[in-house]
Amino acid sequence: MKTAADFDLPWQTAASGPAVILHRISLSIGARPLFADLSLRLEGGRTTCLLGPSGCGKSTLLKLIAGSGRLPFTGSLRFEPRQASNEVAWMGQNDLLLPWLSLLDNVLLGARLRHELSEDRRQLARRLLLAAGLGDDEQVLPGALSGGMRQRGALLRTLMEGRRIVLMDEPFSALDALTRMRLQDLAAGMIRGRTVVLVTHDPLEALRLADRIVVLAGSPAGVAADLQPAGRPPRDPGTPEIARQYARLLALLMNGDAP
Amino acid sequence: MKIGRPFLLAAGILAVWQLLVLLTGVPAYILPGPWPVASALISHLPTLAGHLATTAMEILLGLLLGTLLGSSCALTMIASPLLKRWMLPLLVISQALPVFALAPVLVLWFGYGMASKIAMAVLIIFFPVTTSFYYGMQRTEPELLELASIMGARPLAVLRSIIIPSALPAFAAGVRMAAAVAPIGAVVGEWVGSSSGLGFYMLHANARMQIDLMFAALVLLAVFSLSLYAVVDRLLAKLIFWEPRKG
Repeated sequence: MKTAADFDLPWQTAASGPAVILHRISLSIGARPLFADLSLRLEGGRTTCLLGPSGCGKSTLLKLIAGSGRLPFTGSLRFEPRQASNEVAWMGQNDLLLPWLSLLDNVLLGARLRHELSEDRRQLARRLLLAAGLGDDEQVLPGALSGGMRQRGALLRTLMEGRRIVLMDEPFSALDALTRMRLQDLAAGMIRGRTVVLVTHDPLEALRLADRIVVLAGSPAGVAADLQPAGRPPRDPGTPEIARQYARLLALLMNGDAP
Repeated sequence: MKIGRPFLLAAGILAVWQLLVLLTGVPAYILPGPWPVASALISHLPTLAGHLATTAMEILLGLLLGTLLGSSCALTMIASPLLKRWMLPLLVISQALPVFALAPVLVLWFGYGMASKIAMAVLIIFFPVTTSFYYGMQRTEPELLELASIMGARPLAVLRSIIIPSALPAFAAGVRMAAAVAPIGAVVGEWVGSSSGLGFYMLHANARMQIDLMFAALVLLAVFSLSLYAVVDRLLAKLIFWEPRKG
């Protein structure tokens, strides 16, 4: 399995992903205010991890960026430079592979649903599968794959969309520690250059993958910390610097969780 | 063991049947034993086979048309919420009418031939097929639909690639039930008015006090119905391989 960023993908051009700008966002679920006047600017072409205790609204924020029309928020959300509204790709905790389609067809799902299937796309999907170590499994049904392989498939399906904004909602949290590490390495190489917003509750994941970490806490949620770890992702989890920051983030999260 | 079980079960039923006849001493014109029935079955096999062909054709065509009609109803209701609001009450009303009471009307309208029996089977079948398929489609994983919408999917492609396959396991449950009840429709139709078929033959044999023949026809009908169910069950399990299975 390759781990570096040498996947010659056609859309990995010089133009990097747009910035995501949230301006004075307010949103209540029932009587509970989730956000009040939250403003945040997420730089283009960078990976931002939203970290926070469960229930703080980080997944809701991600859905909001995805353009879920059902969320009754006030304030404004825009991309800079401007994008068509469907310029995002989504990856969730659940791999959502369709059990009646082969792995290859699952990776090509977006193209199939938009009636854009072509031989070029198929070749590209095959190359991605090969790069992710799934070259021999393209005709296998998801039911016969391990959790890690399925989630790799979901990652490739997300990348096949070729969107410059990638939204990830705890994408690796259902995997065991070792598989998670490998997938983080693979993902870090493949998503470089795009605007990535990754929601996680795992400080180590954030420290490995993020260009910038935004810690959300409180009710309504606000930015409790905003840091930019040194070095390029994926970072080695074994360095003292990471260990120090891990302890700090954990302390922050514990405080945020307290009633 | 898996293959032997049906035979063991059949042998058990035959033994209980024989035992019942021996112990109660009922006369043969009330309950004939397995042997007279078997010999009647063999000696009248050509005649019985002819009637079975009629009934089997009615059941199979009823199953096919009922499944087609039920699926179309379900798809129409999923595609158009407006039509759904009108169709759902109509569907329920159609089931509130006892289908057996409709049998004479159907014979009046469609005649003594196969058409009235097929209509009867269709009437019984299409409700379980419609509801199981419809509710199956309604229960498509919301996360999947959200993913499709973020992908900018075409509505028809979502229906074909996500919603329908998601609902096929539920649809299969409806078709299995349909396969089990389709023979009822055909036979009841034959009782009300017909000139051929196992139901017709049973009434005829009964009237002529040929009780062993009546039972022979019944056995044939049971064997056919069970085989139909087994074939449909296997076929669906093979086609819809992603159906979750327990036990």
